[in-house]
Amino acid sequence: MSASDTAILVDNLSKQYRIGERQARYRTIRETMVDVVKAPFRRTASLMRGESYGAAGLRQEIWALKDISFEVKSGEVLGIIGRNGSGKTTLLKVLSRITEPTEGGADIHGQVSSLLDVGTGMHPELTGRENVYLNGAILGMRRAETNHKFDQIVEFSGVEKFIDTPMKHYSSGMQVRLAFSIAAHLEPEILLVDEVLAVGDAEFQAKCLGKMEDVVKSGRTVLFVSHNMAAIMSLCPRGILLDAGEIKATGPMDGVVDTYLTESMSLEGQVVFPEDRRHLDSGFRFLAVRVLDENGHPAGAMDLAEGFTLEMDYEVSQTIRRAYVSFELTDRAGACAFLSTDRDAEPVNGGNVLFPGRYRASCFVPSTYLRSSSYFVSLGCFTNEQMFDDIHNAIAIEVIDSGTAGLRSYQERPGAIAPILRWNRESIS
Amino acid sequence: MEEIKQAEEQSIEIATIKIRPSRGWVPLRLKDLWEYRELLYFLTWRDIKVRYKQTVLGAVWAILQPFLTMVVFSIFFGRLAKLPSDNIPYPIFSYSALVVWTFFANGVTSSSNSMVAEANTIKKVYFPRLVIPVAAVFSGVVDFVLAFIVLIGMMAFYGITPSAAVFWLPLFFLLAFITALGVGLWLSAMNVMFRDVRYALPFLIQIWLFATPIAYSASLLKGIWKTLYGLNPMVGVVEGFRWALLGVETRPGPMIAVSSFVSIVLLVSGAYYFRRMERSFADVV
Repeated sequence: MSASDTAILVDNLSKQYRIGERQARYRTIRETMVDVVKAPFRRTASLMRGESYGAAGLRQEIWALKDISFEVKSGEVLGIIGRNGSGKTTLLKVLSRITEPTEGGADIHGQVSSLLDVGTGMHPELTGRENVYLNGAILGMRRAETNHKFDQIVEFSGVEKFIDTPMKHYSSGMQVRLAFSIAAHLEPEILLVDEVLAVGDAEFQAKCLGKMEDVVKSGRTVLFVSHNMAAIMSLCPRGILLDAGEIKATGPMDGVVDTYLTESMSLEGQVVFPEDRRHLDSGFRFLAVRVLDENGHPAGAMDLAEGFTLEMDYEVSQTIRRAYVSFELTDRAGACAFLSTDRDAEPVNGGNVLFPGRYRASCFVPSTYLRSSSYFVSLGCFTNEQMFDDIHNAIAIEVIDSGTAGLRSYQERPGAIAPILRWNRESIS
Repeated sequence: MEEIKQAEEQSIEIATIKIRPSRGWVPLRLKDLWEYRELLYFLTWRDIKVRYKQTVLGAVWAILQPFLTMVVFSIFFGRLAKLPSDNIPYPIFSYSALVVWTFFANGVTSSSNSMVAEANTIKKVYFPRLVIPVAAVFSGVVDFVLAFIVLIGMMAFYGITPSAAVFWLPLFFLLAFITALGVGLWLSAMNVMFRDVRYALPFLIQIWLFATPIAYSASLLKGIWKTLYGLNPMVGVVEGFRWALLGVETRPGPMIAVSSFVSIVLLVSGAYYFRRMERSFADVV
């Protein structure tokens, strides 16, 4: 193998973030006063040294990536999976030169485009046509190239009729479709993609997935980050599992997915999230999640016949109106079994008002309709406008069939769930 | 098929990208900036297109800003305070300076706020960050041209014909551009770390306005003091404008040299400071 076969060579890459320490509760007024007086000077000094803002005060250091090394051959499609905060996005940001590594480095042979988000830099006051050119330029497309692909882009997005209307009059779905179409028509040698497929309605998602398959088949080198296990397994022959900034597993994708789903998930029935997982400024954060058996004890494995209670602790730091706290159960392949919110059983539509404080919410889940398989619980808190917190695959549940006679046969049955429904039959002749 | 090939060949060419941590001062990499000149064009174009959207008067604002200031200055400083104006009618004396001052002030303001305004883009896409503040200053050129057309009209009204010195005008405009960009680079990079900049900026601009001979004449100062006055690069710009357009006796002397020197120092140091701070932009903004 000659060196030219290598598209991306990552060598002991590390990235450290400095996070200004949150105010400790026991700080005295005097300390605070001293800090207020001193801070501008220290900050000015650190400014001149070219350090970041948080560097001035007490600080915490977090390794978002630690000694990452891997190689991607030209034309290879590599999937990257891992829990939230495991460093996937940071890795893509470093490789696309948005942020610098702290140690180590990477060599990239060829022209790179990265898609960390769609529609970056688009302006609502500009028309669809104008935004295509603007967004194209931001993504590194030359004007001649955009000219050439313009019709294809518009056709793919399906917003032909409104192409000369300001984007602010588009529905959010239309905006996303146009934005994705531009991104999908980039033709770099190396493409870095982060979770872009999670946009639009189901039909458009299928179209996007098809486009991704085309990209993969066209022999480009692709790094693909996703939470969608089904998509990542169908697109990527090889994968990497990141956990807390380190490579936990690498190899054929299905093996990596398996490791991810079993090993990196807690089967102890309880996960306490690190305090620094999410900044309190965001208004909401999950603190812990537990799966409790009939007796109220945390347990990772559940009997099919018994059901379980899902309990979650969260902290609210600012009043959030019309909020929904939800969980979602997905199977190994990433397919959603169902989603439930804390407002489902309420008579009136519209979310709850969450006042600042710490809460523990619980929900009993009868499990007779589940298959005997592994399920993964994702947590979320959102309003119609905004996502406050979401944790993909926060905890795993192993639903086991302990041998209750009549249930055995359900294992081989197709479908995400296998409900036990009562049938009735009467003679009509 | 040919066309496709051409289009592909024209896309931005990068050989091997080496990603390494950088320390201390880093090269400017102006070649990268050149590679992304189309992005510079589109960002400038977007700023211009969007600026007066949803306003009733639209681009008329570009003229009204310096023009109304001129009216106010003419009443208070010209009529009431009777400030000397180098024997030129006060309205055109102040307007000729205000046209280029407005360009400068808007350029500094928008470029200083540009990095924060583009925070979302900075966190999601790579391109040479210098493009953003540069585009912010560029987008002010159109406003300048509009206000300048009114200046030509006023000159015709007052019967002022410029001498051959008018050919120096583009150089003085360039000086204003360089100064605005130099200051904008410093402040935009600082603004990422310290949002204090946003609040300090209006004061800075206001003080700078009065430290520049816009409402009054620089001929109030003589000899060495006048040369030192040129340490404020906008003094050189404004005096240069009046000399080139109105034939005022402020020949480009040592003062202009001082102004040019200071403005180039501002630009170069600003660019290096910006590049040095650039590495932490995406993490901090």
